[in-house]
Amino acid sequence: MSTTADETKKVEAQLIPIYIMGKQYEVPESLTIMKAMEYSGYKYIRGCGCRGGVCGACSTVYRKAGDYKIYSGLACQTVVEPDMYLTQIPFYPALRATFNFEEMQGKPEEIFGLYPELFRCVACNLCTKICPMDVEVMDYIAALKRGDILAAREISFDCIQCGLCASRCMGELPQYHIAQIARRLAGAFLTPKAEHLKTMVANIDTGRYTEGLDSLKAMDLDMLKTTYSDREMEPAVAGDDWTPKENSNL
Amino acid sequence: MPLKISYRTINKEFQDKVKEISGQSFYKCFQCGTCAGSCPMSEQMNTTPRKLMALLQLGREVMLDEVNTPWVCASCYTCEVRCPRGIDIPRIMEALRLITLRQNRNQIEPSNLQPEEIIDLPQIAMVSGFRKFTG
Amino acid sequence: MKISYYPGCTLKTRAKNLETSALAAMDALGLEVEELTRWNCCGAVFSLADDDLIHIVAPVRDLIRVKESGHDTVVTLCSMCYNTLARANELMKTDEVKRKTINDFMDEEPDYAGEVRVYHLLDFLRDEIGWDKLKEMVKKPLTDLKVAPYYGCTLLRPADVAIDKPDNPRILHDFLSALGAEVIDFPGALQCCGTYQILGNPEAALSASKDILADATGHGAEALALACPLCDYNLGHKQDIMMTKYDGLKEVPIYYFTQLLAVALGLSSDEVNRFDINRESAKQLLESKSLIA
Repeated sequence: MSTTADETKKVEAQLIPIYIMGKQYEVPESLTIMKAMEYSGYKYIRGCGCRGGVCGACSTVYRKAGDYKIYSGLACQTVVEPDMYLTQIPFYPALRATFNFEEMQGKPEEIFGLYPELFRCVACNLCTKICPMDVEVMDYIAALKRGDILAAREISFDCIQCGLCASRCMGELPQYHIAQIARRLAGAFLTPKAEHLKTMVANIDTGRYTEGLDSLKAMDLDMLKTTYSDREMEPAVAGDDWTPKENSNL
Repeated sequence: MPLKISYRTINKEFQDKVKEISGQSFYKCFQCGTCAGSCPMSEQMNTTPRKLMALLQLGREVMLDEVNTPWVCASCYTCEVRCPRGIDIPRIMEALRLITLRQNRNQIEPSNLQPEEIIDLPQIAMVSGFRKFTG
Repeated sequence: MKISYYPGCTLKTRAKNLETSALAAMDALGLEVEELTRWNCCGAVFSLADDDLIHIVAPVRDLIRVKESGHDTVVTLCSMCYNTLARANELMKTDEVKRKTINDFMDEEPDYAGEVRVYHLLDFLRDEIGWDKLKEMVKKPLTDLKVAPYYGCTLLRPADVAIDKPDNPRILHDFLSALGAEVIDFPGALQCCGTYQILGNPEAALSASKDILADATGHGAEALALACPLCDYNLGHKQDIMMTKYDGLKEVPIYYFTQLLAVALGLSSDEVNRFDINRESAKQLLESKSLIA
């Protein structure tokens, strides 16, 4: 008898109050914000992407009772807390400059020309404070102001382009777009070219994989599924010298 | 040009705002004109700093689409070190700029600068210029 | 003695010559400086409004970085950075109410109360090395080079952060004398070049800069020495435009004071001085005086 009671206890989740756009809901305490919203009857049409914490579509801001601070998180990753006041900000308007990448050279002045508002940053640090990915946004903006594209690339690496930084910016900067062009310039012009990539592209150009791709295209769906599920995979624990048995395409 | 003064032309609220933002009293000015004589930019001003101080003393609301003085001021502090009354005139200029900029009315728009112009400018010019001309 | 070095944004791009020459010269003088590992733009101009503290946050953050690095002194090369950092430091030291507001706003940073000493390289050289000692260390005196010291605004004004007497400064004069140059005094030395008005009212800035150049050459200067990348832009970079605009204006090379220091210390390489960023006449003049090869 006591066993049954324990089992019931196990599955019964504690309900806690949260406030979604000002309205109170009772939700199980173990849910993420996204699941709690769905539990409360919200249906996602937009503002929800990968559900895995990498796409940046479900950025959420919230406050806690008795605390002046603004907190942020991804709705699909952040677990609800009692009395949290939240709203999702799935999108925040920020303009992305248009440019002809082919004509660029990887110079800081090119970024200055596309985004002169960069120089309106006042180092208030609200961008870093709101970032759900803990990117030091103010620091990559500081790096770009002094023309250090490589440093900006490093610092902004974890950015998922959710746009919360832009929502808080006193200087009205679209930080995440600026970081993106910095990373693109760094990749294209400022870091050494990957030799193996060059070889691979050359291989593709000379038609080395044409036959293999054509044979995949010719397969029916079932065959394609079988080929995929039966493919040779690297074991979870493998030494550095592991290579696939079938390596004719490498 | 004669200036008509009456209780209707005195804008006490504006005077108070300038005093509050700048932390300076323009009433201390005794109109010696040292500021105007020292100012490297006065040639380009349609109203000298001295006259601007007089307008403030008389309670005129200084409209920056008419009076260009604060927009031409370079905050070089020559007037401040020379003012015999110890008035920090650049702070009064800043207050006047801010009264306009805080109404979301920028004096220059970064988006309207030509890329060629930006590429030619050192960062220090843009940082300082945007601070003085945008809100 | 370990000192923090705050470069400022423009020294990493357009004014690279100010930085490379200064670092090499400081090294030759045995001054150990360490660039801050983390720093942000100081804002270039100090906020002049009583109710606008947010624009003071940037320089204060940099001062906190100095403190965090374990140093108690920061040296700058750019006059505008010097001015902004020094004024922010004064405010944090003296204004209890504003200090609290700024510290409270930056709740992610440790509190700051003006503990760091802010130097410009010029007053640092004067106070820590001294002109007599500097003179002894000169290997290649700048004999016969007629240089006008151009102070501009931000090293001298307002008075509470001035590195010398605001109305009658000698510091750049004494520095150039120690290097063996012939110092050309001229009234325009303290006049404003027009600074950020090059953005808002370019005509006004160019007119102000033209007066300074004409004044210096009129007094017999062959070159100007200065410390500010914005002055250098207005007086140097814009000189071609000014020469076409104003009749009779003569070409005059502009040097960062640190370039002349490096040359006088015998550091004449291109990597150190980066004269390729200066006006072409800058390198030519030194070559004609056999000061560099």
